[in-house]
Amino acid sequence: MSEKIHVHTTINDTEVDFLAESRQSLLEIIRDTLGMTGTKEGCNDGNCGACTVNIDGRIVDSCCVLAVEAEGKNILTIEGVASPEGLHPLQQAFLEEAALQCGICTPGFIVAAKSLLEREPNADEARIRHWLAGNLCRCTGYDKIVRAVLKAGEVMNQGDGAGRATTAAGAGPTDQRDVYND
Amino acid sequence: MTTTIDKTAGTPGKYKVLGTRPVRHDGIEKVTGAARYGADMNMPEMLHGKILRSPHAHARIRSIDTSKAEALPGVMAVATSKDLPIIQARELNPGQGGPRLLAENDLADKKVLYKGHAVAAVAATSPHIAEEALALIAVDYEVLPTVLGWREAMKEGATLLHDNLTEKFSATRGGAGEDTGNKSNVASHLQLKMGNVEQGFKEADTILEREYNTQTIHQGYIEPFACTAQWIPEGRLTIWTSTQGIFGVRGNVAAILNIPESMIKIVPMEIGGGFGGKGTGYLEPVAAVLSKKTGHPIKMVMSRKEVFEGTGPSSGTSITVKIGAKKDGTITAAQLGMIYEAGAYPGSPMVGGVTSAVSAYKIDNVLIDGYDVVCNKPKTAAYRAPGHPQAAFAAESALDELADMLGMDPMDLRLKNVAMEGDRAVTGVPHAHVGLKEVMDVMKAHPHYTAPLGGPNRGRGVATGYRLNGGGSGSSATINVLANGTVNLTTGSMDLSGTRVAIAMQVAETLGLTAEEVTPQVVDTDSVGWTGGSGGSRITFDTGRASIAAAQLVIEQMGARAARLWEVQPEDVEFVDGIFICTKNTDDKFTFKELAGKLMTTGGPVTCSAMDTQGGVGGALAGNIFDVEVDPETGKVDILRSTVFLDIGQAAHPSYVEGQMQGGTLQGIGWALNEEYFFTPEGVMANSSLLDYRMPTSLDLPMIDTVIIEYANPRHPYGLRGAGEHPIIAPLPAMANAVSRAIGVRMATLPISPGAILEAIEKKNTNK
Repeated sequence: MSEKIHVHTTINDTEVDFLAESRQSLLEIIRDTLGMTGTKEGCNDGNCGACTVNIDGRIVDSCCVLAVEAEGKNILTIEGVASPEGLHPLQQAFLEEAALQCGICTPGFIVAAKSLLEREPNADEARIRHWLAGNLCRCTGYDKIVRAVLKAGEVMNQGDGAGRATTAAGAGPTDQRDVYND
Repeated sequence: MTTTIDKTAGTPGKYKVLGTRPVRHDGIEKVTGAARYGADMNMPEMLHGKILRSPHAHARIRSIDTSKAEALPGVMAVATSKDLPIIQARELNPGQGGPRLLAENDLADKKVLYKGHAVAAVAATSPHIAEEALALIAVDYEVLPTVLGWREAMKEGATLLHDNLTEKFSATRGGAGEDTGNKSNVASHLQLKMGNVEQGFKEADTILEREYNTQTIHQGYIEPFACTAQWIPEGRLTIWTSTQGIFGVRGNVAAILNIPESMIKIVPMEIGGGFGGKGTGYLEPVAAVLSKKTGHPIKMVMSRKEVFEGTGPSSGTSITVKIGAKKDGTITAAQLGMIYEAGAYPGSPMVGGVTSAVSAYKIDNVLIDGYDVVCNKPKTAAYRAPGHPQAAFAAESALDELADMLGMDPMDLRLKNVAMEGDRAVTGVPHAHVGLKEVMDVMKAHPHYTAPLGGPNRGRGVATGYRLNGGGSGSSATINVLANGTVNLTTGSMDLSGTRVAIAMQVAETLGLTAEEVTPQVVDTDSVGWTGGSGGSRITFDTGRASIAAAQLVIEQMGARAARLWEVQPEDVEFVDGIFICTKNTDDKFTFKELAGKLMTTGGPVTCSAMDTQGGVGGALAGNIFDVEVDPETGKVDILRSTVFLDIGQAAHPSYVEGQMQGGTLQGIGWALNEEYFFTPEGVMANSSLLDYRMPTSLDLPMIDTVIIEYANPRHPYGLRGAGEHPIIAPLPAMANAVSRAIGVRMATLPISPGAILEAIEKKNTNK
C-alpha cells in the first residue's frame, strides 16, 4: 500500500481535503474518493475529454492530472456548473437543442464550453468546433452541440444568467487550448 | 426540414404531442452530472475487479498459476474459467453459439483466440492492487500460428481455430443450415438466389465487376463497459450494469452460472453509448463469481484499451460485386460474394449484409453468397444496422460506377430500378408498405443534389442505405395513474439516445396529456415484464406500441370509474381529446386530471400493464449526399456540405430523429475515412487508444443537414418506423463516391485515409 499524501484544494467553491496515493489521478479521487461521479472516464489517457474539469481557469483532462497536483488549486466540475437559482445557460441550451443522446460526454462538453463562452460569448461556429475538438461525442455528430453552445453564447450576451456564469474557477488569464492551438 | 409524403398519418398538426420537441425527462440529470452510468456505483465494502488478458492472438493455455497473485496483500480472490459452471459442465461447440460460447469469451478455457482474450480475473481492495496482481498470474501458453484475417482463414490448409467447427450451408435466411461436416474456419455459407444470373448477365449491355474491402472497426461508445455485482451469500445476485438489454444479461448470467433467473436481479445504469456493441455483456458473470468468492460487492470497469481489444467490434469484409444493366439502366443481374470476419467465434453480421445489399432494388436475377469466417480477432458484436454498411459500401459504390459507365445520373439509375410495394427482395419476402421511391425522389429533388460544386478537386457523392428492421422480440410496459392527473410509465427498455421521451410522447398522445405529464422510468428485471434488448431500431416502435396498449387499458379502466360515478354502463363513456364524456348525458364530463383525483374513492388505484410482440417496425430507406474537397498534396478530405435523409414514418420527437441521422452520419464518415484496427502480423492491435483510433471530432465535420421523410407505417398506431440504425449505412458509399469523383479514381477499400488517397492519385498520374 502506497503512502498517502494530504491534499487541500477547492472544488466548486468548497474547500476539500483528501488523502491520495501519488499514483492516483485527480479523476480517480473526484469520482471514487469524493463520490462526484458527474465527471466521466472515457479513455483515461487524455483523448476523449469526458473527464474535463476546470483548474484555475484552464480546462484540463482530469485523468492526466495527478491528484496531488490539485494542492491549493481552484477546481470546477460539472456538479458546480448549475446554481441553486437554476441551470447554467449552457445546460439549458443543451436540453432545448437536444444536444445530448446517451449523455456520457455531456459533462465534459459543458465544462469545456463554459470556459470558452466566459472568454468569448460571441464565439462563432468555427471557433466552437476548434475549442471542443478535444471532446469526443459518438452520438450527435456535434451539430446540435455546436448549436447549443451558439445559443448559450447569445443568452449569456444578453445578460441572462451572466451573474452565475462565472465562478471563482471560471475565467482565467490563459487557457491550455489557446497555448496548444495558437 | 420535414417532408411529409403520406397525408393519412404524417400530416402536420394531426398530433398534439408527436412531432413536437419537449425537453427529455432524463435531461436535467444528464446535463448536471447527476445521472448514474455503469461506472458510477460506489458501495460500502466494495472491491475492484480487473481482468488478465492474453498477450497472444492464438495460443493454447497449458496452465494458469494464480498463487503469487493470491498472496499479494489486498487481493481477495482470483477467478478463472474453472469458476464458470457452464464451462465445467460441457465442451464448447462454437457452431452452436449461446451462453456457453459467451462464457468462453468472458474467460477463456483451453485456448485464447485473440490478443486481449480474457484469461483470469482478480478482486482486490483497490483497482491498482488488482492490476498489480494481474502481473503476478503466470500463464503458460503454447503459442499457435496467427490466423489474422479472412484471407489466411480461408486459405487451403489454413490453421483451424476450432477443432470441432464444421461449415454449415443454408439456402434460406434463418435456420441453422445443413452441416457439411467439413472442418473449416468458414462457420457458415448462406446462398440466396432469384432468377438466373447467367441469363441476366447475357441480357446486359454493360457489366461492372469489382472487389471492395473494409477493415475491423469499433462502435466507439464513449463509456467503457462497467458493472457492479453483489451476491449475498446463500441469497440473490444483483448486478448493476450498463447494457442494452437487462433481460438478456439475466438469462446469460443464469445459464453461465447455472442458477435460476429468479435468483438474479439486473439493475440498469444509464448507458453511455452502445450502438449494438453493448447487447452482449462480458464482465457480469465474472464480477458475480468474484463477489461470491469474497462476499463483497465487486465493481469492474474496462479501460479503453480493453474495450478495443476485448469487446466486439464490427467485421472486416471483402465483397465482390458483379452487376449488369441494359443501356436504359435496367439492372438485369447482380452477383455478390460477401466474406465477413466473425472474429474468434462464429456470428458475424453476414446475414444482414446478404439480405440488405441490393434489396432496395427490383432485380430479377440475383445470386448472393455470404461467408461467416472465424479468425484471430475479437469476436465481433452488433454495430448499428449490423453488416449493412459494409454491404452498402460495395453495392452502392458499384451502382455509382455503373451509372457513370451508362452515362446516367446516379439517382436516375437508382430510381429506374427501385423496388416497390409487393416486389420480392432476394430474401423471397415481398416489400411491405415501404417508401423507397419516395425517399429517392426527395433526395433527387433536394437543392443540395443540384447545387453547383465549384472549384477543383471537389466531388459530390450520393448513396442510399436500406435496413430490414425486425423488432417484435417483446416489450412490456406499466402505467400507474397519479392522483394529480399525471402518469408514471415503467419500461424495461434501456434508453440509449432519448427513447424515454419518444415513448412517453406516445403515451401522452394517447391519454391527452402533455409529454411532461408522463414520467418515464427504465426499471430493473424484478420490476417490469420481460423485454427484449434495445436494438434493431425497435424501441420507440415496439415499446411504444406496448405503452400505447397500456394507455388504452388506462382509458378503459378510468372510463369504468366515470361510469360508476355517473351511474351508467362503461360503454356509455367516451374518451375524446383527453375528456371522459357520458354519452347518455353529455353535460357529464371529466378531464383526465379530474377523474384521476377520484380514483382512490371509486375503487382504488389504476395500474395497467401491457406487452407487445407484433413487430413490424419494417424496412426503411435512408440516404446521404456529401460534397467534399480533397487536398491533392496531403490527401486530406474536407467535407463541404452534408445532407442526410431518413424515412421515419412519423417522427415522435424530431430533434432525436435528427440526432440519430447526424450521429449515424458521423459514425459512417469515421468508418469511410479514418477508422480501422491496425494489426501487427502477430495479431496485436497497434492503435488501441482514442488518439490512434481516429474517430471524427467536431473539427472534422460541418453541420449535418437533415431531411425527415414521413411515409407512415401502417403497423404502428401513429405510423412510426425505426430511426436508430439506417443512418449509418449510406455514409460509407456516399463518402466513397464523393472522394472517387473528386480525385477521378474509384476508391474500393476503406478507410479512405489520406495515405490511400495520395497513393491512388500517384498511381493515376503514373498511368497517364
